[in-house]
This record gives sequence, C-alpha cells and structure tokens, in this order.
Amino acid sequence: MSTYQEFIQQNEDRDGVRFSWNLWPSSRLEATRLVVPVSCLFTPLKERPDLPPVQYEPVLCSRANCKAVLNPLCQVDFRAKIWACNFCFQRNPFPPSYAGISEVNQPAELMPQFSTIEYIVQRGPTAPLIFLYVVDTCLEEEDLQALKESLQMSLSLLPPNALVGLITFGRMVQVHELSCEGIAKSYVFRGTKDLTSKQIQEMLGLTKPGATAQQGRQPVPQEAAASCKFLQPVHRVDMNLTDLLGELQRDPWPVTQGKRPLRSTGVALSVAVGLLEGTYPNTGARVMLFIGGPPTQGPGMVVGDELKTPIRSWHDIQKDNARHLKKATKYYEAMANRSAVNGHCIDIYACALDQTGLLEMKCLSNLTGGHIVMGDSFNTSLFKQTFQRVFSKDYNGDFRMAFGGVMEVKTSRELKVCGAIGPCVSLNSKGPCVSENEMGVGGTSQWKMCNLNPSSTLGMFFEIVNQHNAPVPQGGRGVIQFITQYQHSNTQRRIRVSTIARNWADAQSQIQHIESSFDQEAAAVLMARLGVFRAESEEGPDVLRWLDRQLIRLCQKFGQFNKEDPTSFRLSESLSLYPQFMFHLRRSPFLQVFNNSPDESSYYRHHFVRQDLTQSLIMIQPILYSYSFHGPPEPVLLDSSSILPDRILLMDTFFQLVIFHGETIAQWRKAGYQEMAEYENFKQLLQAPLDDAQEILQTRFPMPRYIDTEHGGSQARFLLSKVNPSQTHNNLYTWGQETGAPILTDDVSLQVFMDHLKKLAVSSSA
Amino acid sequence: MNVNQHTPMASPYGQPQPGYGQPGYAPLDGGYPAPYAPYNGPTSAYQPGAPPQGPVRGPPVSGAPPVSAPQQYNQYSHSQGEMQNGPPPMTQAPPRPAVSQSYNPAGMNMTGPPHPSYPQHYGPPPTMQQVTNQMTGMQINSGPPTPAGPGYAPPNSSQPPVSTAYTAAPPTSYAQGPPPASSAPTQPPPPSGPAAPQQYYGGPSPPSQQPFNSSLPPTSQQQFTPAPPPSQQTFPPSSYSGPMPPASQAPAPPVSQPQQSFPPPAQPTFSAPPASQPPAFAPGPPLQNQGSFPPRGPPPSSQPGSFPPPGPPPTSLSSGPYPGQMPPQQHPPPSQPSPYHSGPPPPGVQMPPTSMAQSNHLPPGPPGPPGPMQQPPPQPGMPGGFPPQQNGAFGQVRGPQPGYAGPYPGQPNYGAPAPAPAPAAPAQKRLDPDAIPSPQASDMPAVQKSRHRIDPDAIPSPIQVIEDDRAKSTEPFTTGVRGQAPPLVTTNFQVKDQGNASPRFIRCTAYNIPCTADMAKQSQVPLAAVIKPLATLPPDEIPPYLVDHGESGPIRCNRCKAYMCPYMQFIEGGRRFQCGFCSCVTEVPPHYFQHLDHTGKRMDCYDRPELSLGSYEFLATVDYCKNNKLPQPPAFIFLIDVSYNAVKSGMVNIVCEELKTLLDYLPRENPEMDSVVRVGFVTYNKVMHFYNVKSSLAQPQMLVVSDVSDMFVPLLDGFLVNVNESRQVIESLLDQIPEMFADTRETETVFGPVIQAGLEALKAADCAGKLFVFHTSLPIAEAPGKLKNREDKKLIGTDKEKSLFQPQVGFYNTLAKECVAQGCCVDLFLFPNGYVDVATLGVVPVSTGGSVYKYTYFQAQSDRERFLNDLRRDVQKLVGFDAVMRVRTSTGVRATDFFGSFFMSNTTDVELAGLDCDKAITVELKHDDKLSEETGALMQCAVLYTSCSGQRRLRVHNMAVNCCSQLADLYRNCETDTIINFFSKYAFRGILNSPTKAVRDTLINQCAQILACYRKNCASPSSAGQLILPECMKLLPVYLNCVLKGDVLLPGADVSLDDRAYLRQLISCMDVSESHVFFYPRLLPLTKLESDSLPVAVRDSEERLSKGGVYLLETGLHLFLWVGASVQQELLLNIFGTPSFSQIDPSMTSLPVLDNPFSQRLREIIDSFRAERSRYMKLMVVKQEDKTELIFRHFLVEDKSASGGASYVDFLCHMHKEIRQLLS
Repeated sequence: MSTYQEFIQQNEDRDGVRFSWNLWPSSRLEATRLVVPVSCLFTPLKERPDLPPVQYEPVLCSRANCKAVLNPLCQVDFRAKIWACNFCFQRNPFPPSYAGISEVNQPAELMPQFSTIEYIVQRGPTAPLIFLYVVDTCLEEEDLQALKESLQMSLSLLPPNALVGLITFGRMVQVHELSCEGIAKSYVFRGTKDLTSKQIQEMLGLTKPGATAQQGRQPVPQEAAASCKFLQPVHRVDMNLTDLLGELQRDPWPVTQGKRPLRSTGVALSVAVGLLEGTYPNTGARVMLFIGGPPTQGPGMVVGDELKTPIRSWHDIQKDNARHLKKATKYYEAMANRSAVNGHCIDIYACALDQTGLLEMKCLSNLTGGHIVMGDSFNTSLFKQTFQRVFSKDYNGDFRMAFGGVMEVKTSRELKVCGAIGPCVSLNSKGPCVSENEMGVGGTSQWKMCNLNPSSTLGMFFEIVNQHNAPVPQGGRGVIQFITQYQHSNTQRRIRVSTIARNWADAQSQIQHIESSFDQEAAAVLMARLGVFRAESEEGPDVLRWLDRQLIRLCQKFGQFNKEDPTSFRLSESLSLYPQFMFHLRRSPFLQVFNNSPDESSYYRHHFVRQDLTQSLIMIQPILYSYSFHGPPEPVLLDSSSILPDRILLMDTFFQLVIFHGETIAQWRKAGYQEMAEYENFKQLLQAPLDDAQEILQTRFPMPRYIDTEHGGSQARFLLSKVNPSQTHNNLYTWGQETGAPILTDDVSLQVFMDHLKKLAVSSSA
Repeated sequence: MNVNQHTPMASPYGQPQPGYGQPGYAPLDGGYPAPYAPYNGPTSAYQPGAPPQGPVRGPPVSGAPPVSAPQQYNQYSHSQGEMQNGPPPMTQAPPRPAVSQSYNPAGMNMTGPPHPSYPQHYGPPPTMQQVTNQMTGMQINSGPPTPAGPGYAPPNSSQPPVSTAYTAAPPTSYAQGPPPASSAPTQPPPPSGPAAPQQYYGGPSPPSQQPFNSSLPPTSQQQFTPAPPPSQQTFPPSSYSGPMPPASQAPAPPVSQPQQSFPPPAQPTFSAPPASQPPAFAPGPPLQNQGSFPPRGPPPSSQPGSFPPPGPPPTSLSSGPYPGQMPPQQHPPPSQPSPYHSGPPPPGVQMPPTSMAQSNHLPPGPPGPPGPMQQPPPQPGMPGGFPPQQNGAFGQVRGPQPGYAGPYPGQPNYGAPAPAPAPAAPAQKRLDPDAIPSPQASDMPAVQKSRHRIDPDAIPSPIQVIEDDRAKSTEPFTTGVRGQAPPLVTTNFQVKDQGNASPRFIRCTAYNIPCTADMAKQSQVPLAAVIKPLATLPPDEIPPYLVDHGESGPIRCNRCKAYMCPYMQFIEGGRRFQCGFCSCVTEVPPHYFQHLDHTGKRMDCYDRPELSLGSYEFLATVDYCKNNKLPQPPAFIFLIDVSYNAVKSGMVNIVCEELKTLLDYLPRENPEMDSVVRVGFVTYNKVMHFYNVKSSLAQPQMLVVSDVSDMFVPLLDGFLVNVNESRQVIESLLDQIPEMFADTRETETVFGPVIQAGLEALKAADCAGKLFVFHTSLPIAEAPGKLKNREDKKLIGTDKEKSLFQPQVGFYNTLAKECVAQGCCVDLFLFPNGYVDVATLGVVPVSTGGSVYKYTYFQAQSDRERFLNDLRRDVQKLVGFDAVMRVRTSTGVRATDFFGSFFMSNTTDVELAGLDCDKAITVELKHDDKLSEETGALMQCAVLYTSCSGQRRLRVHNMAVNCCSQLADLYRNCETDTIINFFSKYAFRGILNSPTKAVRDTLINQCAQILACYRKNCASPSSAGQLILPECMKLLPVYLNCVLKGDVLLPGADVSLDDRAYLRQLISCMDVSESHVFFYPRLLPLTKLESDSLPVAVRDSEERLSKGGVYLLETGLHLFLWVGASVQQELLLNIFGTPSFSQIDPSMTSLPVLDNPFSQRLREIIDSFRAERSRYMKLMVVKQEDKTELIFRHFLVEDKSASGGASYVDFLCHMHKEIRQLLS
C-alpha cells in the first residue's frame, strides 16, 4: 500500500468500512487523547458485484459467548484440522465437511481477499416480501390521483410472489380485503381509538374465537386464510388492487371551513403494525406510509384540526409549547419499537406544503430502517421518481433492499464496542465486547436493522480498553468482525461477515504514524453523527459548543504552533480539511434549526445518519461545480467568491440540486442566444450542467429537489445559504466588487472561523 | 256523499261557522261574555238537539209511507241543498244571530223540525245517531239535548229557519235560516221556549221523567227543574247552561214548538231542513240517505224520545209524551205544507222529515234484521238501535216490546243504543236487542232466568251492538257537536270536520266528562283519549290542511302556548284573542289581524282551517327545529342479520330480493315526485358491514367494522344515497349479499351495536330516519347490549314474573334515549328460532315509535308473503320523524299519563323518534280542578314532526267534550271500545311492576266499580239481584274478559315469554279499532256471500259454529279459515276446488284461485281484511277436529279458554257478584 489514501479506499471497496484512525493507539489513555474516537462508518451491504456469495454456512467458534466466524485472520492448523478463534483464542475443530482442507485447498473464508464474505443460509422457510401500503386519503384530488397512479405503477415493479396489502385512512382507517370478488370489502377502524395489537387482530378476524373458549374449532386453517385476506400475492390480486386503487375516493367526511381534515395516521399505523405483527412476525415487510398532512386526531395526533392553531415550530418546542409533541413522539416510538421487534420497516412518504409531523414520526423510519421522503406534492417528479427508485434493482435484478438484518460486532480483547449511530435498534445483547461507555445506541453488541440497502451505513464507535501499562505486543493487530444476517430481497437468508484488522501503534512513539492514518473525511462524518445524535436530545448551542471543543482539542493535539501565536499554527495534510468540514457542519441544517421546520430538520438528520461517507460529506459540505467558457467544468470553492456573472454553477447539497446562472449568463439566456446557431457553444454551456445534474439525479435517493435559478432569482437562496459568506454586506467594500456576490448574512465566514480556531488552539488557556 | 263532503270542505268552514256563528251570535245577543265559550256549546247543542228530535220523530212517524217521501226529499234536497248552500249564506247572516238565540229555545222546540237540523249537519246525522244513542237517554236525551238544547236550540231553530228561509245555504242556513224564520218568531220563541219548557216540565214531561228516569230521569228532572226556566233563557246565550237545560229544552221543544214558534219556525225550518237534508243525503246513495235519515228520524223522535225517556220506565208515560210529541210533529207537518208550497222541495222535504224519520227508521229496520223487526214495527228502523240498547242494558233480561210503549223510549234508546247509558237500564228491561220477548217489567225474572241457566243469547251481544251501530251510522259524522260519541270503530262512516278532530284521530273514553274529580273518582270511568295523530284517512276525506303563518310561526297563546284553534275567542274588534284553554288574552299580530263580524267571528273564519276545523297542520319555522336548522330529508337504513340462521331461513335472500323493488316505494308526500328519503345498507353478525353504494362506484364497497364495543360509522358519503342515483350499485349489492354470506358459519350476533350503527349514521348525516333491523337470534356475542337466555317458565305466576317483562339490561334504555334525541326510529323484524328476549330487544323500537314484527320459526315458503307485506307496508307508510307531541287541556283537567311507543323525558312532552300512521297514543286525563258545564273541556294535541319530505310541521288536533254534573250523562256518552283500549294498555304496563294476578284483579275491580256506580246512581231501583248495565257499557264485561284471558295476562302453557312481551308491546300502540278486533275477533260465517256486503258476524263461541259451515276469523294478527267437518261439498269445491274434506291441505297459506263467484268473493273479503289492518294476516286453514283447531279455539273468546280464562257467561256472573258486593 503506497499511501493511506489508497489503503483507505481499498478497505472501503472491499469491506465497506472507513475508520477514523487506521492505526489504533494501544491504550485507553492515548485513545482518549486523540479526541476523535476509534470509530468507523460501516456499510454492511455494500454492493460487491465481485463477491459471489458462498452456498454454505459459516463456521462458528464453539465458545458459547463468542461464536465468531472463521475468517482469514484465524490461525489454522491444517493438519489437525483445527482453527484458533482470533477473538477468544478458542481452538476449534473444523466441521466434517472441511475434512479436505489444506494449505492449497482453502475454503474462501480463509483467503485474505475474502475478509468480507457472504454466506447463503439454506435453512428455514423462505417468506415472500411483504409490502403494505398505508395511504392517506385526505388529499387534494390531484394529489390523490397522482398517488394512486404511483401506487398502481409500483405494483408492476413488485416481484409477483410478493404479498401486498392496502390500508387507507382519513377520518377512519380501512383495511382492504384483496381477495374478494365483486364487492370491495374492507375492515374499518375508528381513527380515534388506540387499539392493542390483540384487539386489532381480533377485529380483523386474525385470531380465532377459540381463545375465548366459545368455539375452538379450526384455528389453524382459519389463521392462514385470514391473513391471506389482507395480504395477497401481487400476481393474484394485481387487477383487483389496481381497480381498488382506482376507485379510491378522497376521504368522504366533510371538512368545514377553518379545519384540517381529520387524519388518523396514528391508528392507521397501529393497525398496519398490528396486522403484520399478527400475520407475519419476523418476516421482511415494508409498511409504506403515504401522508399528505399531519395526524389530526386520535393517538399520535400532532396538531388539532383547528386551522387557527398552527403546527408546532422550533420556537414552540423550545418554549415547551408543543402540546402534542411528547405524547405523539412516545406513541410513535412505541410503534417503531414494536415494528422493529417484528422486523418490519416503515417508510414515510410525506408530501405536503406544510409540516406533516415527521418530527414525531421520524423514529418510525429511523428505528426500522425505512425511508423518509419529503416533498411538496405527490404530483411532483420528486416524489414519483423517488418512489420508483425505492424499487430499483441491482445488477442481479434484485431489489436493493434487504430485510430483517441483524448486525453483530465482535472485537478482539483490546477493544470494546460503545455503540452505533444509524438506522438500527439495539437488540440488547450484552457480551464481553460491549463497552460500558455508550456512544450512540450502545450497551449491546447486536443491532437490528429491519431494512437495509447497499448504502445504509452505520457509524460504529469503539473504545480501546487496553491499559497503558499492559502494552500490546509488537505487531499485534486489533480485530473487529461484523456479522450481518439478513433476508435478501430474493427471500434468501444470508450472512455477510466482514473481518477487519488494524495495527496497534504506541501513541507516544508513533504519533506521526497515527496522525497520518487519520481519515479526516470519515472522522468528520463520524463526529457529525455524534453531533446529530446529541442534537436529538440536547440544545443546539450545547452541541455546537461540544463540537467546537472537540475541534480545538484536536487542533491542539495535532497542530504545530507556537504557543499564543495564531499565525504559527499549521495542520498536517491529513487534518487539513477537517476544520473546514466542521465549519460547514456547524452551518448545516443538521445542527442549525434556524430557517428549518422541525419536520425538515428531522428529515435532514434522518438521511444524514444513514448515508454512506460520500453522500454524508456532500451533505456536510455541498459540492460546487463551475461551468464557463474559460475551461472545462471544475469544482470550485463553496464560497461566495465563486458566484460570478459569467459562470453557471451546479451545487449538489444532496437534498437539492441547484443550477445557478450567473448574471451575465442569465441575460444571455433571456436574450435567447442559445437559440441561435452561431451561439451553439452557449447552448452547450447551458446544457452541460443539466447533463451533469441528470447524472446525479439518476443515482441519488431520495431524489433531490431540482432547482434551476439565476442571479437574483428567488430560488438562488438555496445557493446563497450554503456558500461560505466570504463576502457579505459588511466586508463587501474591502474586498471589491469584481470577485463574487455578497451574501446578506451575519454568519461568520470560514476565514473568521479559522482565525478564531487558530487563536483558541494556540491559547494555553483553552 | 262525496259531493257533500266536498262542498263541506269548501264550505266546511262555512258550515261549522254557522254553528259557531250561531253560538257566537247567541252570546252576542245574550250579551253574555260566557257565550263565547258557548260556541262549543251551541255546536254541540245542535247535534244533541237534533238527535233527540230524531228519535222522537221516528217513533211518531212510525208510518212507513213517509219513507217514500224521504227519498223525494233526498232528490230535492240535492238540488235544494246546493241551492241553499250557495245563496243563503249570502243574505241572511245578520238576522241569524238574533234568530239563533231565540231559536235556541225555538230550535229546541223545533226539534220536531230537527230533521232540518239533520240536513244541516249532514255530519250531524251521525251525531244524531249518537244523540239518539244517548237516548235512553231519551230522557236523558232530553237531558242531553238540554245541553244540546242550549246549543241545540239555536241549531235546531237555525236549522229550521235555515231550511225555510234559506233553503239556500245549509251552512249559512244555520245561522241565516234560523234567524229569518225565527227573526220574527224566534225572538218570541225564546220566551216561548222557556215558557214551553216550563210548561212541559210542569206538564207531562216532568212527571214522566221522574218516574222513568228513576236514575236517569231523576237527573234529568233535577236538571229540568232548576235548569228549565233559567236554562231556557240562558240556554240560548250559553248553550252550556248545562246538559240539563237541553233536556228541558228538548222536552220543551215539542211543547213549545207546537205552541209557540212551531208553526212559523217549523215551516221555515222544515223546508229548510229538508232541503238541507237532501243535500246531505244527496251525496250518499238514496237508500243510504234514507238510512241516514233514520237517524234523523231518531233525533226527532229523540225529542219525543226525550219525553219518552222520562217516560221510558213508565212506558205508558213515554207514550204519553209521544202523543204530545206527536202532535208537535204533526203540527209541523201541517205547517210545513205551507212552506212546501212556497217551495216545492221544502214541502216534500218537510213531509219527508217526519216520514223520513220514519222511513229512515224503516230502512234501517230492514238492515237491522230480526231484532228490530220483532220489536215494534214502527221502530224497525230504530230497532237496530233499540235492540242494542236494550241488550246492553239488560244483560240478561230483555224488556222487549212491552217496553214499546216505550218504543219511544226505545227509540231514544236507539239513538242511545251505543251511547245510551242511563236509559239503558230501563231500556234494558224493556227491550232485548235480539227481540226476545219477555215481560217488560220482568227485570227480575230475567235475572232469575240467568241464575238458572243463562241463555248466551240473553246476554249482551257484541255482534248485535256492532250491527246496530252500523245500521244507525248511515250519515256522515260531523264533529261540530260537542259531547257526542262517534260511531263505533266497527262501523264504516264518513267524517266531516266541523271544529273537532275526527274520531279517526282522537277517540275518547267519555264524551261527557264529570265536572269534578269526585265524580270522576266515584264513577271510576277512566278519562282517556286515544290519539292517532297521523292516522290515514279514507280517500274520500281530505287530509288536514297545511297552514302557513309566515316567518313568525303559528299564532299561539302567550301563556299556555296553545296553537290558534277554533276555541280561541277574538275580542276587542279582533285585536286580541282569549285562549280557550287558559283564558289568557293575547295580542293578535298585525299580519294576522282580521275584523270581526257582528257576531264576533273573524271575517276570515271560514277561510282559515285553524279557525274552523278540528285538525290541521302548521308549517313550522326554524324555531321549531333542532339546532334552529331546517331538517334534512330523513333516511332509511336497512340492517340485515347475515348470521347462519338468517341465511338458512331464507330471510336474507327474501329481504334483499324484495328491497330491490321496494326502494321504489319509499314514502313521499307528492306521488309525482321521487322520494327524498335516502337509504343505506348494513349487514351484520358479530361484526357490522356497512356498504358504500355511491353512484360513482362500479361496485359496492363493503366496510367491516369489528369494533362493536365502540360503534361508529365508517363512512358518510356513499352510505346514505338517493335510490335513483345509485340504483345500479344498490342492485348489485343486493344481489351479492346473499351470495357473500351463503356459506357463513357465524352463528353469534350482536344487537346493541346494530342500532348504534344506524344511530351514528343518522347522527353523522345530521338527519332523522328509520332503521329497519332484520334480526334472528339472542345477541350473545361480546358487545354492548349482550344478553343471556333468561326464559324461565317457573317464574310465571310468581311475583318475579314481572321481571321477565322488564329489559334485561339498562343499555337499551340509554340507547333508546339517544335514538330519540336524534330522531332515529327503529323497526325491528324478528325471525327467532328460540328465545330472543323480545322484552329487551323491543325496548328501543317501543321507545322510538317503531314497530316490532315477529316471525317465529320463519320459513321462507310459508311466511314469505306475510313478512313481505308487512315490510312493504312498513316501508311505504307515511311517517313523521323527530316528533314531539304535547297535549294541552283546558284548566281543570290535565294529561297525566301516556301509553304508547314513545319516550318521555319530562312529564308533558311525548317524544317520538318516529310516528307513523298506525301508531296511537293513549292519554289519560285527570282532574286538577273543577270543570264547568258551560265551557266543557278542551283538548289540543299538537304534534311537531318532520315529514317524510323533510318539512317541519305541526299537526294540531282539537277536541272538545262536554262536562257533566250528572253521572248519567257520563255513562250515556262513553265508548266501551276506547275504555278497553285504555284498560288493556294500562294493565299491560302494570305487569311491569306488579304481579299479573294483581293487575287482573285491579282491572276487574275497577270495572265492577264502574258498573256498580252506575247501578247505584243511574239505574232505576230494582232488585239487587238484577244486573243492570249502562247501555254504552253493556259490552264492558265481555271485552274485559277478553283482555283478562289474553295471552299477556293469562298465558297458556304454550305461550312463550317472547310472545307475551311481543303482544304487550304491540298493544301499547294500537288504536281502538285494532285493539277491538284483537280482543274480540271478527268471526264471519261464509255460507253465503253477497257481493256488496259482508255476512253478519257471529259471536266468538264454539256454539255458534256449525259443523256444516266455513268461517273466517280475523284478529288483526291472524286469519283463520275454519272448515266444519261436515261441510257441504259445494262449499269445498267453491273454496278449495276439492270435493273432499280430507283433501284440504291445512298448510296452505292462500286459497286457490278458482273461477267461481264464491271463491272470488271470499278472496276479496280476505284481501279487504288484510287491507284494513296494519299488519298482514297470514291465512291459516283450520279443519275441524284437526290439531290446529286448538289454536283457533283460542280465539273463540266467549268460551272458556284452555289456559283457564272464564267464559263470557261465567265472567258476567262473576262481575255481577262483584258489583253486588260493592253495592252492599
């Protein structure tokens, strides 16, 4: 390996893992001094077209509390047919089927290039995928129509054997029976009454009356039949369901002036969860919730139906003035946990101009790995294409989704796992490798991810527990094994095992090495995840202060400077970008709620804690490309100075894709030069960013908001709010007018930020 | 008749007005303030007067020949009548007033002329009859007449005058007619009148009365003595002066007539009367007219009768009076001639009158078969009437012909037959309806006979009474006369609204109610009214007019809130009106102001239904609506049980199939328009299935609600739909429902949530409506309102038995309350295969004005027709929603208790979620102060409801009855059928709280007291061993026995608790005609069938059945065709198409359609019976000595019943014993 750059890239490609430190300090003390914890971003199901799964089961360590999987790092005695677990050092015999192994005839899992390997488990029944649509009918006619079309379209994307179900809700909640001929049948629940799972199942006829001792006949067949009523294979009910969706009416209950429609989202979800719980527990299922407004009645109500009472804002929340917030949040959390326990995930597709209660409902998706998609209307390409992309397929023609994932972490003795941050829930599995020091969701070595896709990424945090006085032997390596079991979208059960090892380094003698092994991108994202995680429970300013503190400490640790001399401050290359990331992170919507509704904040954070490193970095620091006649497109600084009249800018913030035409360009365009043959080049210039944007749109999930604007356009704010305000109305004249566009803000610029940072870093009192 | 009616309609106001006007006039003349009140008096007076006359004349006329005359009259009358109607009113208004007053007396006298009065009151005729009934009252009549007299007098006089002067206007004629004639004479007459009466009194009448009236007479006498002199004078002004006065008048009239005014008035009167009569008659068939005349005849006779009455006891005396009377009549005739001359018709008329009366009598006679015939020939016409009276009175003994002398008395009796209470006693002695000869005086003997062995034929026969009443009721019944009892419910008659509600709307137990609480208590006669506010009227009667008083709503009394009605007296030139109920004076709003004419009547009196009619409707304003919002059109929701039993019995199939067509017949007010009623569908077993049948859907949608513990409606739009818009979807749904549940295995059902579901749906739609629930089984599924099987035969007869009639859980009471608040009426169709606890399930229907139908062991094949017909009728019938009924009465009485299908949240407002045309509410009245004879007692029943087209309306029924200070009057003017209706409802409610035995004893005891009181105070002194029954109540024992031995109070071993609860609830909202046939079934021999009339029924006793015959028995719920074992082959062939008795299939539910007249007629009869009843009667063929005969025998109510019920004879003896105990 030539450089850490390459090493890191290689590891990411092979194992889907990015560590903040690629050399690990050998003691707890040193580790804490490094400020950024030993941690990684792990993408369990990273797409590996080059990795065919093996058709057998993994070999496990026989020690009861270990159960680590045989991996390339294990010492193997080919002659004795014995292997030593590299976590607990237990010596295990190979199973009989491995009788023929030798140095030259090794199974895949022992080959170094298979540090990540996927097994297909043959045991157990395979259950079909389940898709349960939960549809809000309190929509505008146009919206509903668009939604209905999207849903009908989606039927054609589902595998024929997948089970589908439909629940619609408005004032009431209807569970539609799909197998009936001639007459559309549905079960109706009142939207204001919280029902237990058992009640729901009883009312749906999923449990037999035998339970109450009235008549205990034919319990079993009935159950099967009953569950079939609501969840039917697509191929069988395709037509029915299409018709049913076609006839779907808007919620027929009158909405009087000054009222919001009564929307029983809470009960609808409860019914959905209860239905799946009763019929297909522990089977991969996807509840897809489509809402066009906030829940306004019943449990989980977010706002009353009086329009004069606006939905809670951050301001209200800070003033503790959000009446329904706590209750609703608690309700949805309980629901999310139930759903997670059963391995079902919940997607939320919220399309409305106002808030829809994502703040309260976010945990439904956060805990179960579901998607959250937020749009203005179901009748937008943003929603339509995003929704379509949910059903996108990989190179094998399989859905890019996996269900019921359980990820287990094994660590060698010097390490313990502190927690994870991402779309997962704790399984509360205590074990020897669990640290008492929690970061993120901790206290366990197993997490459940009800839904996974190739980009789902967890932030994993570790703790070095090796004491300073018990040095790790030279050449020793710390090992971490991630074992991810999941149900593949083709219904196979699979296990993916990634075993990662890193060298230990003595921080005192090898600090340079450690510094150079720093992955500032991963570190920035991981620190950001920690920050976002904290932000969920703490006040915004506290989080920022904590983040600043960490940054200053890191700079103090690794910066080269003379005390009290800011100008002397220098950072090595491996840390050079880090402060800039932090600067943009501080301004990001993940930590700043100003100008964002609670729903938007929840939405942004939701995506931030589940995307892989690249996407996360884009979120932290948007990418800005510049197009001009002066040369090929080039990335430029995310700075106001980049906003020039003769440029077209393309900014990708992950959530938005902004094409900004500079003043001159905009005038040209308005004048219609692109239509003239002699200005073909101008036309091409205009087209270039569109093409690039299209490329980004092709792969991005969820679809970003696509914005085409120009200098002075109202939508230009999306760009202006992101760039570093190096030129503002305050310093405009000192910088001159030719170099960019002033930003009307009081925010500090990167320059000011860095100045302060240097000052504090070199200050002995800090 | 129709014509007449119509005319009345138009003029009706006019007509009544005349009456009123007169009264009004009278007052004016008199200057009495009281006079106003008198209005009622006068009107009533008229009738009474007339009646008495009738009888009187009748007798004297005895000559058959006259009959022919009447016919002529009729013709004349027709033409004349019309003529008169037109012109008279125009001219003579002014004179009348004075005249009328004077007339009163004169009128009375005129009674002879009464005929004229008849004519005037075509309607009256009935009254006449009634009057006559009061008859025995003959004496009493005289007495009653008195009351009438005062009033009557005017009428009479007026009538006559009318006829004379004014051939033209019968209506106006009253006023006008009288005046002119009287004008000159009249004024004098008054004085004369008084004088006359005095003379009378002094003379013949008094003595006669005294002797005769032992009971009655005495009263009358008393009255007379005091009343006469003053009364006469006063009478005119205040008709009320008192019943007594009338009596005096009545008697007086004859005298006076002859003497004083007769000639003059008589002539005019006659002419007029005849004329007027004719018109009235004209409408009717000639013969009938004649028939009707008879009543008239009676009236005249009544006068005489009145005399006679006094006479009755002393037949001879009566005879005495007759002569006297006769003369007067005769006199008139002579006088008449002259008038005749003047007008050809008149003469004829006049002649006829007398003759008419006679003839009338005669004609009736013929109809009134044997009885009458046997009796005095002259009376024949009367006979019908007579016999009954006698019968009634007699109980056992018959004072037949001998009484004749008393024939007159008899006549009066005739008139009285139905009502005739007091005289009854005496009459009884004399005459037997059946005309069984027996010594007049032989009361004693009769009794003795009875003791030995009571001849069933010797005891009062319901059939005879019914037939007699029919025979008498040939003329339209006019409601303008206060205090007269209408014809029996078994009689077909026409009604003319002249200020009081038609008996089809309101029937009272007594039309003369005691003035004081003490009297009422002494008599123990219940004071109650059976009100059927939305009763369907026959096609030839016009439904109540709709009055719109504009935005400010109906005009009401400021204090008691009574609605504008004929009893409101306008004063101060019309600027204010005084309430007839509470006497409070209220300003007349400017937009309603109208000048008064010189009589004190508003000029527009006859243009406004609310000023001249007994029944009318107001358009309600938003102030009368819930939430001050005009109501939405109502909705019908069909809730169908689809559990295993329901599907298997075929019920689901049948309902769904039928609904497809039935939905085209939803109730509507305008047949041209589509009904605005929306419909919704629900099926259920343990869970509820709602259906979305929105017109835009290709297929119906089913919405299952399993959360039965907390019911709600899953959808709004698309649940309640317009039938026409959603027809396709609905039909598709109804096709699919049976299929969907064909294989159901669900046996459990819920019930509470079913009603809740419908209720919630109506709430959501913010409208009132009706739920049709088709239910099969005891709701044992876990849900609110869950029930358990509690049928326990061991409890029957114990003190705990009552608990079986009480609802099992309180849930349904609460639910019912909510339903009522929303205007949600529930009709329940039950198809039980076992115990379903009707007592509990019926709570909601019964409290919401709904109905319960029960088809035990329903089988599609045999019960289909019955169920479908019930369903069709139930769906189609007119119904009002969200109704509140309030009964206001004049000060002195108060509505204290209510019986029926409704809910009451306070003590005055009867709340009905739904009120259909078959529901009756019985209201009990009690005294809380003294009443005055002058003003009578007024009752106004106002029902606020939402019509089936969604219009908010107020229906107002007014009723005025007389008040009496003599018990005899009370007994003479009551209605046994209504009393029985009240008693049964009272008793059936009693069993909720008391042991059945106690309830039975209470009933027996009260009846014994009623009869004992009569015996003690009204009947002539006689042997204590003699059973004397009031004429009007002579059937009380037999009917009471029927109530007592019914399944509810005395269940047989095979009667289920559900059946009893079902009947109990069913009867609680029955009207009088239904309760009558229910308790005393109609049994028709079918040996010969005539094409235009029904065979005369026979008494419900096995003895009356002939082995060789075929009988049809109808109870209102069941229809049996009983076939004797040795029935003629020809009959079998005609009916069944088979020659053999053994080949008759007892399971048939309809008769084969055979092409022979007998079969056709029989099926016609059966169809007509079914059409008469609110529930379809399944035909059951019972072969003699077949197993099913047991069921049939159960309905032979005069026999001993298997469950221990006493036979009629035994019960009568028992009653007699009780009475004697009370007397001693």
